[in-house]
This record gives sequence, C-alpha cells and structure tokens, in this order.
Amino acid sequence: MLFNFFYHFGRYLKMMGTALTRPEKLNMYYRETTRQMIDIGIGSLVIVGLIAIFIGAVTAIQFSYQLDGTLVPRWYIGYIVRDSTIIELAPTITCLVLAGKVGSNIAAEIGGMRQKEHIDAMEIMGVNTANYLIMPKIIAALFVIPLLVAVGAFISVIGGYAATVFTGLLSNAEYIQGVRSFFVEKNVTMMFVKALVFAFLLTSVSAYQGYHVKGGSIELGQASTNAVVYSDILILLADYLLAVFFTQ
Amino acid sequence: MIRTENIFKAFGDKTVLHGISTSFYKGKTNLIIGRSGTGKTVLLKLLVGLLTPTEGKVYYGDTDFFGLNKKEKRQIRMKVGMLFQSSALFDSMTVEENIRFPLDMFTNHTAKEKNMRVDYCLERVNLSGINSKFPSETSGGMQKRVGIARAIVLDPEFLFCDEPNSGLDPKTSILIDELIRSITQENNITTVINTHDMNSVMEIGENIILLHQGHVAWRGNKDEILETENEILTDFIFASPFLQRLRAAALNK
Repeated sequence: MLFNFFYHFGRYLKMMGTALTRPEKLNMYYRETTRQMIDIGIGSLVIVGLIAIFIGAVTAIQFSYQLDGTLVPRWYIGYIVRDSTIIELAPTITCLVLAGKVGSNIAAEIGGMRQKEHIDAMEIMGVNTANYLIMPKIIAALFVIPLLVAVGAFISVIGGYAATVFTGLLSNAEYIQGVRSFFVEKNVTMMFVKALVFAFLLTSVSAYQGYHVKGGSIELGQASTNAVVYSDILILLADYLLAVFFTQ
Repeated sequence: MIRTENIFKAFGDKTVLHGISTSFYKGKTNLIIGRSGTGKTVLLKLLVGLLTPTEGKVYYGDTDFFGLNKKEKRQIRMKVGMLFQSSALFDSMTVEENIRFPLDMFTNHTAKEKNMRVDYCLERVNLSGINSKFPSETSGGMQKRVGIARAIVLDPEFLFCDEPNSGLDPKTSILIDELIRSITQENNITTVINTHDMNSVMEIGENIILLHQGHVAWRGNKDEILETENEILTDFIFASPFLQRLRAAALNK
C-alpha cells in the first residue's frame, strides 16, 4: 500500500517534471491552451452557474431557518451567504464538480490517445507528449477555474438574494446590508488561492491517470473514475490544509 | 542503416526477445516476420525507442540510440517516420492537419510552404483533394496512406511500418506495399516493416528476418524463401496446403 503510494507519487512527480518544461513551439501550445480554456471555461459555465445559484439559495434558506427565533439580526443571512460562499462553498464545491466534469474528460481524452497510439505517434515524431498534452490543460485550468469560481461566488450571492428576498424572508435592504457588512479582503484572496490549488490538482491528477492508462475500455473507465475520486480526495485535503494556513 | 546488438527484452519474468543481433539496410525494405506473439512489435518498438531493451544496443548509423540523452534522442526521432497498425491518425484533426502536425511542431516554414508540402505528400500517396476530410470519413486503406503521408512529411531517413496491411484487402495491400517500396527507393531511406502478410514478404522482402520465440530463426530475402529448408520458415510461410502445393510446383520447375 505504502510502496504503491510512493510508486505513483514518484511517477506523478516525474511526469510533472517532463510536463512543466519550456514548450517547443509556442504557437502550437498557445492554440492548444486557448482550446482548453474554451472547453473548460465556456463548457463548464452552465453547470457552475446552476450549482452556484442553488448553493446560495440553500445556504440562505438554511440559515434563515436556523436563525429564526434567535437574537441574531436577520440581515446576517446576507453576510453568512457571502462569506460561506467566498471562503468555502464557491471554490470547493465548484472544483469538486469540475473534478467530475473536467477531470474525467481530461483522463478519458489523454487515456484514449494513449490507447489509440496517438501518444506513441507523437513521441516517435519527437514531441514531448507530457508537455504538449498536459501543460496547456494545466495553464488553461489555472486561468479559467479561478474565474469560474469568482463567477460562481457572485451567482451564489444572487441565489441567496433570490431565495430570501423574492420569498419575503428578508427585505431587499436587509439582504444588501448583510452582503455589504464585515467584508474581509483576505477571504477573496483565500478563495482565489484555493481555486488555483484545486485547479492544479484536478488537472494534473486527471492527466496522470489518463497518461498512464493501460489495457482497454474497462481500464480507461477506471482511469476516468480514479481521476475524479483522487482529485476529490486531494481537493478536500488541500482545502483543510489551506483553511488551517489562512486562519492561523 | 540500423543495427541491433544482442537485444534482450523482458517483461517481468517473461523474456520476449533473446539476443537479437541484426541489421536493417539503407535503401531496402527490411521485413520482420513471424507468427503472432513472437516479439515482432516489441522489436519494432525497441527500434523506435518506445521501449527500452533490458540488455543490448540499437545503433542508428554509428550512434548508440539508448546511450543518447533526451535532446539527442529527439534529434534522431525527427529523422524517423512511423506508420502504425491502427494508422494512429489524430481523429479530432482533418487529414491536412494530421499531415501538417510535424511541420507545425518542428519547422519554421511559412503556411504556404507547409500547404505545398502537405499537398505533395498527399499526391505522393495518391490522395490529392481529401485535405479537409476527417480520418473517420475515409476508408482503412486511405487512413494507411494518410499515415504514410504523415510519416514522410519531414523527409525521414528511417521509416517504420507496423503491420501496414492488416485489415486491408489484397489489392489495397499491394498498393500500400508498392508505395512503401517506391518511397524507400526514391528517398534512399531505411525502411523496417513488421508484417505477417505473405504477399508483402514475397513482393517487397529485400532483407527479411524471421522471429521465432524471440530468436532470429532465419534471415535472407524473398528469392531465398522458396529454396530454404528452414523448417520454422517453411512452416510459417507455407502454412496452408494451397501454398505448399504452389511451392512444390515452383521448385519442380
């Protein structure tokens, strides 16, 4: 078990060492990176927006229920929705969802290329395949996922507004007052740092699973599942470590 | 020329190749033949560096390939073209993009020069005008020819073909064989073909090695095949009664 962990960790580091080197032909990498940005960014916008709106709405409703009958002012709901979204829900939930959508897609795409000998064909041409196939995905994710998280956080706050103001739980002024209270800039930094770390984890771990796939369609399916499972575990672990780091 | 020196390859406890020492000559179609599971593909993958030998050396000219560092290996690889059994065309790219990929990656040619080169390669494999088609819109034979066009686009000195005729009808197979032979002779390159297609063996086998259980069991050329007494080779080549009768008839003449 421990040997297995070190074997995969060593192989992952070796792959990343090869992947994160200077590109051979910048315009080819630029083209591939922009393609990935569109795939990851535009392709995930709807699902991220949908999840974000419900996260905000559910958080607002739950806290409204929990604070009912207490001495805590009702406008605190806006504040709670904003901060819980920025600090935790937007980066973590968004990236867990993206691990499922983007991560499995990366593992399947690279794994399929491995099985169809596309990677061998590129290697024989002299292409650094880890570099060409993985680095554009990581760079694209590092640019696009923090933006998706920011959009998700914004939509989530709107979701909280819709769930409370439109249903009469809070007035417009109360919710806005809550959202504008006790703002700490560091929380936004924390959100972006989390988004960057999670983006790196989910793309590199998924790429690793796809790049080293062997066998047939069953193994490709397993690689895709492993990509999601390991990305999710590492995202949650990193989330904990970052929370400790930022709150010490 | 490519030369192997005492190549051993093992996967775990199983040794697939046992001390292969042979040469593949420039300007000739060199064939590796043998039954399934005898190590033909492993040998081919070792030659192109996709696998590393457990023991032994592969020389490109006088250069020990596995003694080179990554950068030096890449320089050799840029002189290598390979046609895969499955063609290995990138299915998200058009035929033109597939062929242009090595040019985009490794040359500083202008777009016009690249287009001209792509058109030339397509013309060379008799597939002019299919630039904008995707691999899935072409037949198996066409995919093989596109694979050849991609393999020769950088003017390689070494061409490797893994089962170029698998899955093709006899007529298309002959076409592919002819194409590979003419490219080899015109460009004076070293071509290594891994096959168990008997038509290929008898048509283009200028330098043949027969692998049997990971050993070189026979070497020679297509003309020597008919007269050989090597049992392993005759068992392999003239496996069917029809071919055995043909051989007997040829020998009686």
